Formats: sequence, C-alpha cells, structure tokens
Amino acid sequence: MKQLFVFIRKEFFHVFRDRRTLLIMFGLPVVQILLFGFALTNEVKNAHIVISDNSGDVQTLQIINKIRASSYFTVEESVLNYKAIEKAFRRGEVKCALIFPAHFSEDLKHGGKTQVQIIADGSDPNTAKTIINYLTAIITDYQQQSSSSGLAYRIIPETRMLYNEEGNGSLNFIPGVMALILMIVCTALTSVSVVKEKELGTMEILLVSPFKPVLVLIAKAVPYLVLSFANFTLIVLLSVFVLDVEIKGSVILLFVESTLFIITCLSLGLLISNATSSQQTALLLSLMGMMLPTMIFTGFMFPLENMPWIFRMISNIVPAHWYFLIIKAVMLKGLGFEYIWKETLILIGMTIALLGIALKNFKIRL
Amino acid sequence: MAAVSLENITKTYDNGKVLAVDNVSFEVKEGELFGLIGPDGAGKTSIFRILTTVLLADKGQATVAGFEVVKDYRSIRSRVGYMPGKFSLYQDLTIKENLEFFATVFGTTIEENYELIKDIYDQIKPFNDRRAGKLSGGMKQKLALCCALIHKPEVLLLDEPTTGVDVVSRKEFWEMLKRLKKQGITILVSTPYMDEANLCERIALIQKGKIMSVDTPGNIINSFPTTLYAAKSADIYQLLNDLRANPEIESCYAFGEFLHVTLKDNQNGGADFLKNIAVSKGHSEILIKTITPGIEDSFIRLMNERPEEVRPGN
Amino acid sequence: MEEKAIICKELTKQFGDFYAVNKISFEVSKGEIFGFLGANGAGKTTAMRILCGLSYPSSGTASVAGFDVYRQQESIKKNIGYMSQKFSLYENLTVLENIEFFGGVYGVSRKEIKERSNDLLETLGLQKESRKMVGELPLGWKQKLAFSVAIFHRPKIVFLDEPTGGVDPVTRRQFWDMIYEAAASGITVFVTTHYMDEAEYCNRISVMVDGRVEALDTPANLKHQFSADTIDEVFYQLARGAKRSAD
Repeated sequence: MKQLFVFIRKEFFHVFRDRRTLLIMFGLPVVQILLFGFALTNEVKNAHIVISDNSGDVQTLQIINKIRASSYFTVEESVLNYKAIEKAFRRGEVKCALIFPAHFSEDLKHGGKTQVQIIADGSDPNTAKTIINYLTAIITDYQQQSSSSGLAYRIIPETRMLYNEEGNGSLNFIPGVMALILMIVCTALTSVSVVKEKELGTMEILLVSPFKPVLVLIAKAVPYLVLSFANFTLIVLLSVFVLDVEIKGSVILLFVESTLFIITCLSLGLLISNATSSQQTALLLSLMGMMLPTMIFTGFMFPLENMPWIFRMISNIVPAHWYFLIIKAVMLKGLGFEYIWKETLILIGMTIALLGIALKNFKIRL
Repeated sequence: MAAVSLENITKTYDNGKVLAVDNVSFEVKEGELFGLIGPDGAGKTSIFRILTTVLLADKGQATVAGFEVVKDYRSIRSRVGYMPGKFSLYQDLTIKENLEFFATVFGTTIEENYELIKDIYDQIKPFNDRRAGKLSGGMKQKLALCCALIHKPEVLLLDEPTTGVDVVSRKEFWEMLKRLKKQGITILVSTPYMDEANLCERIALIQKGKIMSVDTPGNIINSFPTTLYAAKSADIYQLLNDLRANPEIESCYAFGEFLHVTLKDNQNGGADFLKNIAVSKGHSEILIKTITPGIEDSFIRLMNERPEEVRPGN
Repeated sequence: MEEKAIICKELTKQFGDFYAVNKISFEVSKGEIFGFLGANGAGKTTAMRILCGLSYPSSGTASVAGFDVYRQQESIKKNIGYMSQKFSLYENLTVLENIEFFGGVYGVSRKEIKERSNDLLETLGLQKESRKMVGELPLGWKQKLAFSVAIFHRPKIVFLDEPTGGVDPVTRRQFWDMIYEAAASGITVFVTTHYMDEAEYCNRISVMVDGRVEALDTPANLKHQFSADTIDEVFYQLARGAKRSAD
C-alpha cells in the first residue's frame, strides 16, 4: 500500500513540475470554454431573408414588422413569385424565405388556423436550423400576443425552441466542450505519462521490480482522475459564472456521471499507452484518434441528424456521444437519473470493456 | 552454483527474420565480475532483457540467482538490480526523490541498505535536492547505480553503463564496481569499449549474436595464436597501405599511434622482415617491436576467423 | 603560408553568466585530421555548432572554409559535410535514395550523382544492397555509408561527431581508413570521439575542459608534455580537474 502511495505521489510531482502539462490541463478548459462560448456559437445575427407576402393583410404586415424589428434578420425584399425566391437562394444572397399564403387573415378568422411556409438554405444546416427556430419563435410570440388580446387562433407550424428559449447558443456547446476536454486531458495525458516511462527506460526497472505491474497502471490513473475531477469543476464554474449557463438538474448526478466518463477516458488512455512506445505516437493517437471523433460524433458541433446513417451508427460506439447525451439531459434539461439510466449503463459497459482490455493487454514483459 | 547461467539461448525479432541472439551459452559464477564485450547490435541488450525476465527467449534455458527466467520471474525480479542501457531516471525528480521512489518500489528504504550504497551515494549527496535532469553524465550514472543497488540485490545486471560517458567518469565507475564485487555481489556488465575488458574477471566476446570466446582476459590474450608486432613510421597511413599490400602480411590494423601486424608465416625475425618492407618503401622514423596483444586484437582476430561477420547484409 | 580551413580567435559562447565556450583559439590546416576531445559538457557540441553555422558566437571571431561564422553561415553550410552518431541517414529510404537525396540537397547535378554513387557503392562494396532500406544495414555499414554521403558533395571540411560510437573494432578501423583517404584527397576532417586510441590517429588534437582548450598539439607532443604513455592518460590528467559537467 505504501508503495502505491509513493508511486502516486511521484506522479503528482511529475504533473506539477511540468509546466506544459499543467498548461494543457488547466489552460485548455479556460480557452475552450471562452472560445466556444463566445466566438463559435450557433447564434445568427442579421441573416438575410426574403418574405413573400401573398396575403398582404394587417396580420402578415404585423408579423413582418416583428421580424424586421428583431436583430436576427435583415429583410431583403418582398418578392411574389417562387422563381424569384429560388434565384435569390442560388445567388446565396438569402438564407431563408418566409411565405405567407393568400387569405392568411381570413383563414385565421374563419377556420381558426392557417399555415406559413419557411424555406431555409439547407447547404448550411446549422444556420438553417437556427433560423427556422428563430422564425418560428417570432411567429409563436406573435400568436401568443394575439391570443392574449382575445383572438384565439393558431398559426401552423406551431413550433418553439425547446429548452433554449432565449436562443443562447453557448448552451449546446458546454456539454460538448466538457466531453472534449475530459477526453483530451484524461486520454492524452495518461497515455503520454505511461509511454514516457517506456522511453526513459524506467518501465524496464519497474517491470523488474517486485512492484505489481497492474499497480503501475492504477498509480498512473489516480492522479489524472483527481486532476480531471478538478478540471471538470473548473469547467462547470466557468460555465455557470462566465457563460451564465444554469444547471437545471442535480449537480451531484452531474459529477457522478462525469466521474464515470473520466474513468472511461482513463481506460482509453491506458489502452493507447499499451499499444504505443513513443510519446509522439501516443499523443497523436489520443488527439487525432480521440478528439476528432469526439468533435464529430457527439453531435455538439454538427447535428447528427444531418449525417449519413453510417456516421450515426459510428457515433453509437463513441463514448463521448453518450456522455454528451447524459450531460445535456442533466445540465440543460434538468432530467433525473430515470431518464438517463440507459445511456449510463452503456457508458459503464464501455468502461468495463476498455479497462478490461487495457489490463489484459498490459505486458509484464517488454 | 552459478549466479547466472544461459544455455542455448536464441532470440529472434520480426517473426524470425532478425537473429539477435544465436545459441548463446555461458555462466557467471557467484561473486564474479563478468563482462559481456561487443559492439552495438551484438545482442547484449537482448541477453540482459532475457535475464531480467522482461523478454522471452525463443529457445534455450536461463537462470538467475538459481531461478528459472520464465517460470520464476517474480523471484528473479526481487533479487536482481538492473540498469538498462537507455536508463535515465526521472529527470524532474531530485536525487533524493528518485532514490526514495526506487527504494519504496523495491519494498525497502534508503536507510535499510545504506551501507551498500554509502560509498557511491556520499559522492552525490551534496546535490540531494538537484533534479536528475540537471546532473552531469557521471553523476546520473552514480545515481542510477544507487537506485539499482538500493534493495541489496544478489545479482547486478548493468547494460552498457559507461556508454557515452567520458573517460574520467568511466574510470570512477569501474572503481565502484570493484568495491561492490568485494561485498559479494555478482556483477554482469556489458560494454562496447574493449579496453574495459581487462577490468573484468572473466569476459565473453560477443559479435552478431554469437559468443566468440568466454574466458579470463589473460587467457584470451594468451591464446592469441601468433606473434603480434607493433609498427610505426613518420607516415603511418602510408605504412598501413604498404604493409597491407605485402602478400606475407596476414593482418594490419591501426591501434593508436601504432599499427598492429601479424604475419602469415609465424617465424623468428618477423620484426626485421617488417623493417625491411618499411625501409624499401622509403619510410623514415621506423619503429618495429613485438608486443603483447590486447583484448581488441583478439576480438578482431576472432571476427576475422568468421569472414561472414565482416561482410555487410544480414 | 599554409592554407587554413578553420581559424578561431577567442571564440566565446555565453548563456547568461555561463560560458559554454570560453575564448577558444585554434587553427586547422587544409587536409588535416583534427581531433576535438573533451569531457561530457566541456563545450564541444556548442563549439561545433558554431563552426557548422548552426549558432552564433557571443564574441570572438571564427572563419570556416574562408567564410565568417557571423555573416556567411549559408556559405559555410554549403562547404561543409556533417555526420553524427545520432543522426546520419534516413532509415526508411534505400541506400541509393539517401545518396540521391543528400546529393540533391547540396546541389550536386543529377549526372554527377549518378556517376559518383556508382563509384561510392563499388568502394563500399554495397552494390547489392543499393536498393535495401538503410535501416536494414548493420550499424557499422550505416556509419560508413553516412560518412561517404557526408563527403559526397566534396566539401572542404567534414565535421564528424562521435562517428564510431558502438561500432565493432574492425569496422571502426575501416572507418578510419576512409577518414585518411578523405584527408589525403584534401578534405579537412574535424572529429570528436570517446575512443582515446582514435585520438592517436589524428594529426593534431585539442582537449577542451570547462569551455577552454587546455591542450593542443600532436598526439606525440602531448604525451611527451604530460609524460604519459597514452592519450588516454593525457586526457585523464586534464579532465580530472574539470569543475563543471553537464550533458
């Protein structure tokens, strides 16, 4: 037991004496959070749209004015025919078209409901999705105002932005960035620290010593588990106090689930370190092999729904994907464990598998 | 009982394509200072790794401290002190932290076996709080030796401990080994420097995975089958070429300021014969004498007896 | 006057208040084999880097192949060859590809590369191995090939940094035969080594201790001066007094 303790203490020395590691460890989350939070949001400002008002009555004009008033859109012109709209799209001048049918007002008054058509530029799915959300939000808003003034009618499609009413773009990124940072810190740093011993030749000594080889892995993992935990806390604090993200669910559940994911990442790191013998390879494998899939397959940067089925299939085997779903549910939707037990179970299964393979593959010889 | 024994050990890499150790057998007696002498790529490191149980041989048996390397690897691991060739300690830990760490890993403390390392540790103790990365080559080497000794091993396995270290540190290091030997520790050490062979009790000369000879340095030198001459002149390079061109000359190699020469026909008057060649080629300041061969002469001779060893390719 | 390949005057390299190289002065003649000895950390590598045009000195003057180390680093690099134990050739290129690559880097014309590489392979006896990966060759042959490649573009000076480390005794001597041959053809050879017997093969040697050149002469004169039998002893006497040592 004392041996393990001394070993773990040594690992902490390594971490605290290496400025580069510390910088990656604690500088990265800050930079990432700020970068994603402020610069790379999905928020759309002054998107150009065309409106085709085939009705031209009071109500359509009221909605158009409301759209003009918002900071999200610049209303280009009102064109009447479909061909002109298509042309505008092709030239890339507009991102979205809103089409009011003829007799908009009358339909509402007589039938109690009517439809509007929203056409968005699908070549930029993220922006399109956001614009559609904004537009529907504005229409819904108008509808609610009208309802409160006594007129009860519906405009279809009746959609509203779930869980993100204010259109706060950074919200969706937080869980993604969490997954990303934990992935980088745990996987990359753990694998590098094991491989470093191989390069130094100290691994040979440790193997030759009576120290149990498996304990080497545990001793390597413990400091990074603790540090990642601290790291996670930092990210949460940054999100809450800098980006004004409200944690809707249980904080304890959030930390428990994150600890599980940290262990997943550590297992992955140990697995990589078993398979490689140079620090460069380990780092490259962790960063390129883990970071890219995390960014692509969690769905936080690119919506999974828009991907080909094969990509969606692959995303199922990416641990970060499940963690992303869990965190989104707990943090943003405020859901309890009963809604995420399936995802949690999958993550536990993956962790056990990864850790098992890592331990089994750890060589007691060179 | 032999402290270390190898019997027909063979090791190949890349699915048998590269033969690293070729049917090697030798024994190191208890308390002996034994040298494994050979150039890089001779198979020294593979042998060390097999003995320290971190590598499995393809064929053959080996024991260390009486234990079998495959079956009883755990028993061996707690009984040997090992300094791998590339070993460089934890650069970001201080001398004391390194030592304490290895002591604990081997289940002991610095105090417990202080007597054994005292001699060596005292020399680096003033720098106790300096990080290993900031130490000189010689000091690192001493620290590494302390770490290998910390658990009072029965057998000390040192893989090229003096490679890349300057002459002064090398001399000090061999002094330390001699003192350790006196305390009864068996030492197996490898080196590419032939001049260090004389500091061992017995040596094995190894080349391309094969043991060419195992004996005391004295016996190896005595078994040099022919008279060896040293020759020099004002233009030594020209003399080398002139002697090599002569059909009566068996071998001629530069050795420091002299050329070492052997004749095909080992007869008396070889020195005069050589002198005549030198004079006839117009050399000046000619000096020819009979000398006792060194280990390097024997090594070269043994290598030349296996012509395939000096040809390129595998 | 004899033509000088290297002239150093009070050459100094300072890192903060640490003098890695402290006012060294020496000259190397054309076609000379100059042994550059010193303990670990004596400043050999730093001095060599300056002479190869890889770093600037802090003070003092030096010229290599007639070019100034401050102003004409690019010209220096074109006129020297360099080989070290650590880096020499690309292991995953074939023998021929390595020759072609390095020949091309130094601006040797295609036609000449072809002619010279045939000669080179023949001299080394490597014709059969010309399409083999360098990584597959034994160490000794790699080093010999690396040396041939380093002088392939007929440089005025070749710098050799511990070229024979770990090489077997026969190949080591064959290597020195090649050095002698190069020197005889007019190439100046500047070499560092840990084998003291190799120091004897040099025309002159210098011994660096703590950043200074403490001794410089022919091997015979040095042995006489220090009343020693071998260069090994001379070196030991000088280096034993070294205060500092680092890698």
